[in-house]
Amino acid sequence: MKYGILVNEGPYQHQASDTAYQFAKAVLDKGHELYRVFFYHDGVNNGTRFAVPPQDDRKIAELWSQMAEAHGTDLVICIAAAQRRGLLDEGEAKRQGKDGNNIAPGFRISGLGQLIEAGIQCDRLVVFGD
Amino acid sequence: MSEPWEEEGPGTIKKFMYVNRKAPYGTIYALESLEVVLIAAAFEQDVSMAFLDDGVYQLKKGQDTKGIGQKNFSPTYRALEGYDVEKLYVEAEALAERGLSEDDLLVPVEVMSREALAELMNEQDVILSF
Repeated sequence: MKYGILVNEGPYQHQASDTAYQFAKAVLDKGHELYRVFFYHDGVNNGTRFAVPPQDDRKIAELWSQMAEAHGTDLVICIAAAQRRGLLDEGEAKRQGKDGNNIAPGFRISGLGQLIEAGIQCDRLVVFGD
Repeated sequence: MSEPWEEEGPGTIKKFMYVNRKAPYGTIYALESLEVVLIAAAFEQDVSMAFLDDGVYQLKKGQDTKGIGQKNFSPTYRALEGYDVEKLYVEAEALAERGLSEDDLLVPVEVMSREALAELMNEQDVILSF
């Protein structure tokens, strides 16, 4: 089956990111297709490489990046939500005149159309959040 | 030229329901959910919106946000018709529990029971819950 995932909550603040990650992992482990993971609302904070959690804690952004590297998972951060919350890639930083970018490897910034497209293309679009 | 979301054939139309369960202010869910609906309108899917729990407050007439320093985005709900988003469902129990009636709402809606709304949800292809 073809799955899409929507993550609506920030990491560490809310367990939704962890649950979404574990669900995504299960989707791949069971041999299904993971079409896309879309990050919205505070969920965009899953994609910052500047997070430094305590040593004995899980590293959520890194886990997603590793998944993207191992499986080619399409990790998409909503541009409008990202701009509000200070999540930038190189191109956006340049466009907005900011002095750096913080996007983690394997993530990309794009529009909400990517979420709707996932809804159209996937057999199931699973939402994680309150 | 075919767009990527037309992979399933240009005629693919799915039933999308946007479920709004949060008060309009206090958190960003309602505002960002509305942004999704407006973008999604360009994809010519079969779109509906459901309002339940505190989400019914999103449609309340006479919203005044001056005191909280935030933008009153409630006029946008009146613009939805122009985006061909015309199916707005409101849960009767949610209205009643909050002492509201259809007359308190700023756009025409269809008020339906929790049970009928649940049935309608069952018929959807994609449910995005905010």
